[in-house]
Amino acid sequence: MTPRPAIAMRADSTEPLLDALDRQIIVATQSGLPRVARPYHAIAAQLGMTAEDVMCRLQRMLETGIIRRIGAVPNHYALGYKANGMSVWDVPDERVHELGEKIGALDAVSHCYHRPRHLPVWPYNLFAMVHGHDRAEVEAKVHRIAELLGNADRGHTVLYSTRILKKTGLRLGG
Amino acid sequence: MDALDRAIINNLQGGFPVCDEPYREVASQLGTNTNELLRRLDTLLENGTLSRFGPMYHAERLGGGLTLAAMQIPPDDFERVAAIVNAFPEVAHNYAREHALNMWFVLATETPERIGVVIAAIERDTGYTVHNMPKREEFFVGLRFEA
Repeated sequence: MTPRPAIAMRADSTEPLLDALDRQIIVATQSGLPRVARPYHAIAAQLGMTAEDVMCRLQRMLETGIIRRIGAVPNHYALGYKANGMSVWDVPDERVHELGEKIGALDAVSHCYHRPRHLPVWPYNLFAMVHGHDRAEVEAKVHRIAELLGNADRGHTVLYSTRILKKTGLRLGG
Repeated sequence: MDALDRAIINNLQGGFPVCDEPYREVASQLGTNTNELLRRLDTLLENGTLSRFGPMYHAERLGGGLTLAAMQIPPDDFERVAAIVNAFPEVAHNYAREHALNMWFVLATETPERIGVVIAAIERDTGYTVHNMPKREEFFVGLRFEA
């Protein structure tokens, strides 16, 4: 995806506003951090800023959640996690927060979200992406989630992807 | 991939420091030096073990719209609909999945308002309902992939 959506800001946004320099830092780093001894100095030199300013702005974006984290994104397939199942759960709405936090803490759950139901076709309100070396490992992890949920699990299923129809490399937002 | 590569992958999934010489700080935690860490990080990125290294930005907090949507498409019409859906530049990922709802895609738009506009356009162009499933809450996930 192009950087275009990344730097769009709404005038009426209630989120902390980014200024032009923040946006330049975002554009300069969205394909990655320079792999040199002093990476923040390298970004600063490229943008005509001071390294202190770059680091201060990155730190602030980390604190406000605009940057989720600075780090590596492993290709889970290359690490041997070849089975990926989207497990979906129907749990009582009043418990979804508490249960989502517990599931998110489990190993090899890479995303965990509360999403709306679409009855009757879709009764599930809690999504957890589960990764394993094979489907048996995914199923075992799903079983562990079911045990953790106990009687709050009013129904669940696992959707495996059969084909990637499009993947344009959404860089932002993960 | 040896023990140091694995340690690098596991360490770098956590918070990378913001300081003058962050690689040196990580290298010393891992019992290696800056040059060796950078050399291995380059290799892990080049051979595709890591898909990316750097800040991960939060799309919605940058002002954009992001959602997950699903459609139920009859198998004999699936390819036609997939081509129409994929042609929208706002469709970032699209997966076929084993379920009555058999097409799942992520929409990323410049503004949150555009999500509804794009969904309406997809419904109009394909003739099928789009089930919009925006996240209501995101739960924290810790370290995910042990190398």
